[in-house]
Amino acid sequence: MNWRTFYALLARDRRVARRNAITLLVQVMLQPLLFCFVFGRVLTTGGFMRAQFKSVLLPGVIATSIVITGIQAVAMPLIGEFQFSREIEDRLLSPIENGWIGVEKILAGMILALAAGLVVIPAAWLTMGSGVNISFAHPFAFAGFFLLVALMAASGGLALGCSVPQTHIGLMFSLILMPMLMFGCVYYPWALLRMFPELQYAVLANPLVYATEGLRGVMSPQVPHIDGWISAVALAFIDTALMNIGIRKFRHKAVS
Amino acid sequence: MGIGIRTENLRKVYHAPPPATRGRRRALRSSAPVPTGEKLEIVAVNDISLEIPAGGTFGLLGPNGAGKSTTIGILTTRTEPTSGRAFVGEFDVWKQTVKTKRVIGVVPQRPNLDFALTTREILLFHGAYFGQSLRERSRRADEQLEKFMLTDRANQMVRDLSGGLMQRLSLARAMMHDPEVLFLDEPSAGLDPQTRLMLWEIIRGYARLGKTIVLTTHYMEEADELCDRLAIIDHGKIIALGTPQELKSSIPGGYLLRLRFDRAAEELLRQLRELPGVTEVRSPDPTSADVYADRGGPLIGAIVNATQSTGTELRDVHIQEPSLENLFLHHTGRSLRE
Repeated sequence: MNWRTFYALLARDRRVARRNAITLLVQVMLQPLLFCFVFGRVLTTGGFMRAQFKSVLLPGVIATSIVITGIQAVAMPLIGEFQFSREIEDRLLSPIENGWIGVEKILAGMILALAAGLVVIPAAWLTMGSGVNISFAHPFAFAGFFLLVALMAASGGLALGCSVPQTHIGLMFSLILMPMLMFGCVYYPWALLRMFPELQYAVLANPLVYATEGLRGVMSPQVPHIDGWISAVALAFIDTALMNIGIRKFRHKAVS
Repeated sequence: MGIGIRTENLRKVYHAPPPATRGRRRALRSSAPVPTGEKLEIVAVNDISLEIPAGGTFGLLGPNGAGKSTTIGILTTRTEPTSGRAFVGEFDVWKQTVKTKRVIGVVPQRPNLDFALTTREILLFHGAYFGQSLRERSRRADEQLEKFMLTDRANQMVRDLSGGLMQRLSLARAMMHDPEVLFLDEPSAGLDPQTRLMLWEIIRGYARLGKTIVLTTHYMEEADELCDRLAIIDHGKIIALGTPQELKSSIPGGYLLRLRFDRAAEELLRQLRELPGVTEVRSPDPTSADVYADRGGPLIGAIVNATQSTGTELRDVHIQEPSLENLFLHHTGRSLRE
């Protein structure tokens, strides 16, 4: 393992992220803030939703921001770089095993995803106004879930980025990301689905469920949620699987 | 002193058109597809064993789709061979990939620059990937910018550069870490004549440092001008190998007269074979003849006489001086540009 090369690859991604900081920030912030404003503020203040909904929504929105940012940060540039222009070639020719370049992509994506999650917390909280009941009693569990969710997003981004051709990016959003969001327990707790038993079990195949439920358990323990250990173990399992798939796909794609 | 390159029975079979040549169906059709039921098989490199000596410039010459880029891809860790082995210096390319990457520099056929960076950043990060300190890579980046006349573009995003400038930057980047072996895949494709001359000068200069340079080209003059040794490659096989001079003198006669008549005439071909200085006459189709001879113009009179005596009309005459083009034609029956 060649740390200097690894660090240089990270530095390259940091430079690019800094250059695109404003675009990135808008991309990360706008959707969750609008969501928090409409559902967490307008509908609750107008009396259509109860104020408790704010505490259900916030962990969901944070998990979503981490997941979407992580996936986008890794998958989108990668899809472009593997295209006709083969922009990634310079890095593939750098003196490091190709699998480590995949690992670097995951790490860079994780850092961005974590930053997105951290930025969204205060912003979303402020947008929703008073009545948000969030706990920070378990900082280590909170940090643990943050890391697990970010790793899942970035690894998933690597796997997707190496599988989806450029012409299918739109399809990736409507076919993978949208259902994932809708059935990811982002806007409702998993327990609410008990009225739809088949659906309740079916959504367990969605990794986002463990992210939102895990964060909900740590941040809004008063809301019903899947047991924290179950979410943590499920996330660890999904992380390992996605990392393996992502790196294997990257190595495969790197060489013709 | 540079390091040499060796390949043993290298073979690459694609089951879909290779990425670099997608869309060039015509060229691919000629690369001997092997019929195996319904499965498409394209043999891009067919049992190539090569020894490229350390130091100097080695050229792979051949038409599009001949297997040049695939060979370079295999030697530069980018294309995995179906079978066979490749060595760069003492390193087995496909077993010691990282060590191989450390000693090679690659200029691809199409610029593959990192579009998210500026010109100078491309060089700086490339240096950083190869472990250069900040001071060293800054110094080298400035030197490269100067040498390739890119200083005034240093802070421009590369996506705004023209094709020629991108190609220059690709070369500057490949030389940034001072590799022992420099691979150039069609380096002068799409360059204006002035930039091409500059490129040639830089390649010659790099070779003078004792480095090994491997380039592919389908330009005869480039191969003739730059290469100490050449392999002529077609259908994934090496069909001739030697110095440009050796190769040129290996063609029977050296001169090639391409003739076209109004009709087929066996008797005429027989007469042509007997003309003084003619070493070989081939008839690619019934109404034309390729005459290999040790002279060009002086034969025309005799050829005209022969056509008249056989009642044939001479429609076209084209004289080609001794060249690698003739050599290619002699070995494959096709022109390089076809």
